[in-house]
Amino acid sequence: MTTITLKTRDGSVHEFEGREGRSLMENIRDAGFEELVAMCGGCMSCATCHVYIDNVPADVKLPPMSVDEDELLDGSDYRQPSSRLSCQVPLVAALRGIAVTIAPED
Amino acid sequence: MLQEAAREGYDCIIVGAGHGGAQAAASLRQFGFAGSIALIGAEPEMPYDRPALSKDYLAGKKTFDRMYLRPTDFWSARNIVLRRGRRVEVVDPSSKTITLDDSTNVSYGSLIWAAGGAPRALTCDGHNLSGIFYIRNKADCDALIAALPKAKSAVVIGGGFIGLEAAAILRGFGTEVTVVEALNRLLSRVAGEPVSRFYEQEHRRHGVEIRLSAGVQSIAGKNGRVSGVRLNTGETIAADLLIVGIGIIPSVLPLLIAGAEGGNGVNVDEFCRTSLADIYCVGDCACMTRGSGIRIESVQNASDQAITAARAICGELKPYDAVPWFWSNQYDLKLQTIGLNAGYDATILRGDPATRSFSLVYMKSGTVIALDCINMPRDYVQGRKLVETGARIDPTSLADTSLSLKDLVRQ
Ligand SMILES: Cc1cc2nc3c(=O)[nH]c(=O)nc-3n(C[C@H](O)[C@H](O)[C@H](O)COP(=O)(O)OP(=O)(O)OC[C@H]3O[C@@H](n4cnc5c(N)ncnc54)[C@H](O)[C@@H]3O)c2cc1C
Ligand code: FES
Repeated sequence: MTTITLKTRDGSVHEFEGREGRSLMENIRDAGFEELVAMCGGCMSCATCHVYIDNVPADVKLPPMSVDEDELLDGSDYRQPSSRLSCQVPLVAALRGIAVTIAPED
Repeated sequence: MLQEAAREGYDCIIVGAGHGGAQAAASLRQFGFAGSIALIGAEPEMPYDRPALSKDYLAGKKTFDRMYLRPTDFWSARNIVLRRGRRVEVVDPSSKTITLDDSTNVSYGSLIWAAGGAPRALTCDGHNLSGIFYIRNKADCDALIAALPKAKSAVVIGGGFIGLEAAAILRGFGTEVTVVEALNRLLSRVAGEPVSRFYEQEHRRHGVEIRLSAGVQSIAGKNGRVSGVRLNTGETIAADLLIVGIGIIPSVLPLLIAGAEGGNGVNVDEFCRTSLADIYCVGDCACMTRGSGIRIESVQNASDQAITAARAICGELKPYDAVPWFWSNQYDLKLQTIGLNAGYDATILRGDPATRSFSLVYMKSGTVIALDCINMPRDYVQGRKLVETGARIDPTSLADTSLSLKDLVRQ
């Protein structure tokens, strides 16, 4: 189990246990946070699963961003250097203490 | 008085627990609806991601427990009564009551009809043979998955998105696949010619046989099982199983019988209201008579219409004005569509299909109305603005891939 710290759009912070082997998007969705729309179900077609990765352990690198993910994120008015599509980030045990913010809705 | 209280009733009943129904229920609570809500669906499963059926689920790449639209405790946590495996058969708008397939009557304050559609079925000779599959729900898909290991060859009837997605996955399993399409190109209902020809080539390249302008005359069988398809061209194609993807028929009969206006689905206004008081209709079975004037089959449309209806029930009338979008995955090709190409009078190709990465821009009276982007997410995200603003851009600039669509917006 990996604890995920999630900041929702109202600024409130939530902590919940994530399931490894599933994407960050699936973890957030399955914890009941419906403001992460994730309309395409995680197939990188919609960009409605946009988050900011605020913190990952120093010794861990997230999987690199594909060109497609990069271009989809470019469509957002709220893109930041920490932006990711959460369906493209698998939760692994090494990501203990990961902190994530749901990006504003475009 | 006592009897009245004993009768089951909800302030809002949602019929159909698919993409639209699930979103409607969730949105009602999000917008502060305090009354009782029942979500009644014919399928035994909790609301799930339907598009994955003909993609990762059929391919065996995603297990069903990863396809729930919401966690399984979501509904009870929000005080939404989810009734599964129950079909609504009758709507009586005068008494504001519905009747379920177990003959119980349930009364409603507002009703949201989100029943989607049923696959259009074959009617030709042989349509009752075993080995004929449709892909609309999990049960359909499971039946197909169970039959696949024994099938060496398959015929896909209908060259639309669902049939082509299935064809791509079956090729991945090594099954011999022939796609039969009645019109003279694939995807003819939804895409322009260059996109059709591109997908035709890609499928052929992956070993799919394609028959265009070929009608199905009858299904051939042996011992009650499918053995092939007879075409009106005289050809018979041998097959161990058939997948039929020739569109859907909106599931709206109870509403039409109740007197709702409609035909191709139920007609709704820009707030998803039907012609019957307190009855709304969203998703695949709703035909928005104002604005687009058509019925759209997509997750985006079902979700956004559900939000519109939920808002209206909560007293906020905000017209549906979302820009439609859609996706389809075949092989390693990702198609993303923005806008609606209905009524286009010109298309402009951006990029070379031979590179397997290009876009087709649809124009109507000189304005951009839609784009199909294949392995081209940049055009998809940047093209949205062009569609939203109904941009007028000269065709030569649009075709020039050295110019980004973002720059063209600014012009
Ligand atoms: C295989 C497949 C692949 C697809 N791929 C894509 C895609 O890639 N992208 C995309 O945007 N869209 C895709 N779609 C379309 C998308 O799934 C639909 O547009 C969407 O599900 C529509 O939502 P809905 O709520 O209107 O209907 P549905 O999701 O179909 O839900 C309707 C529900 O109502 C139930 N029901 C029907 N009648 C009754 C009744 N009388 N009483 C109670 N319940 C009833 C049905 O059993 C069903 O569960 C795909 C569809 C299929 C079948
Ligand atoms: S869920 Fe659609 S891109 Fe991530």
